Amino acid sequence: MPVGLLGRKVGMTQVYGENGVIIPVTVIEAGPCPVLQVKTVDRDGYEAVQVGFDDKLSESDKERDPGQRLRSRASRSERGHVAQLKSKRQDRLVKAGVQVAPKAGCEPKRFVREFRIDGEEHGLEVGQVLDASVFAEVKKVDVVGTSKGRGTSGAMKRHNFAGQKASHGTKKVHRRVGGIGGHAMNLGTSGFIKKGKRMAGQYGNARATVRNLKVVRVDAENNMILVEGAVPGPNGGYVMIRHSK
Amino acid sequence: MRHKLLDLAEQSSLRENSLNFAIGDTVDVHTRILEGNKERIQIFTGVVIAKRGHGINENFTVRRLVAGEGVERTFPINSPKVADVVVKRHARVRRAKLFYLRDRVGKATRLRERRAKAGEAETSS
Repeated sequence: MPVGLLGRKVGMTQVYGENGVIIPVTVIEAGPCPVLQVKTVDRDGYEAVQVGFDDKLSESDKERDPGQRLRSRASRSERGHVAQLKSKRQDRLVKAGVQVAPKAGCEPKRFVREFRIDGEEHGLEVGQVLDASVFAEVKKVDVVGTSKGRGTSGAMKRHNFAGQKASHGTKKVHRRVGGIGGHAMNLGTSGFIKKGKRMAGQYGNARATVRNLKVVRVDAENNMILVEGAVPGPNGGYVMIRHSK
Repeated sequence: MRHKLLDLAEQSSLRENSLNFAIGDTVDVHTRILEGNKERIQIFTGVVIAKRGHGINENFTVRRLVAGEGVERTFPINSPKVADVVVKRHARVRRAKLFYLRDRVGKATRLRERRAKAGEAETSS
């Protein structure tokens, strides 16, 4: 599978398609994403391409001289992951003949993800910058994001349970789960509730994938992708876009 | 603040030359209709009684009487299906929404005419 992109959900709007049909679209700011690391079977046990999105530096930091910036925003290990840092340990390793991994030479990134490559030729090198043009010829994509957190929610909201009757003797239990299995049932034998029984609990703020979203427009110049339909997460949330299988 | 990419996404769907009409105007709305694979223009004539929304969502409602029955159609301003809006007649109105016309019949539905202001579309008499 070719490498996808990382991006940020901007929001939803609508555009006119062919024959004047309105298409609801989500605008995604996609890329530019530098390749931070290329993982290989020999060294890492699996093949993947690691890319990053969005500088860790704040806008006000960017205006400062590189020497004056608040470096505490990115730890030394984060900085060392994307650029070559001087250290005594490294000097020692180089002297001993250990090869230093290539670095992208960019700012530390806020959002870093890997795309697994299963033995395919991708031809990507560390430091190469991917932009929205990787989706230029693509019809459908999957978008992975973190869904909006809804906190502790009841079973009606969380699992679309029907709740109970509004009247006919129902008292104070209108939105409750209802029965969760009796003593002689496969669902809850011998005093135990069956594992995985759907109940109230934390809802949202979890990884969510929407598959096969139609790509409406790709604008590599402005790092923009329009996909038809909704995408998980709030506006401004980070998303991962990959080619649909 | 609105993100600039949202504006950029909508830009290509917005109408290039804006339609120039006001609430109360009697207008001809030219709509493109696909018959088989031939396109033709259908005209819907009536009074603009409301405009709502903004940007890509903006639309307007035109009311007319067909065989004694009030008919209202709502058109998205930016729809490519709306080919043109020709103003036939301006009217002096004091409301942004002319829903009171729905309760009136016959002579009471008339609106007082006014001359075109500078910069407005000329009424075709």
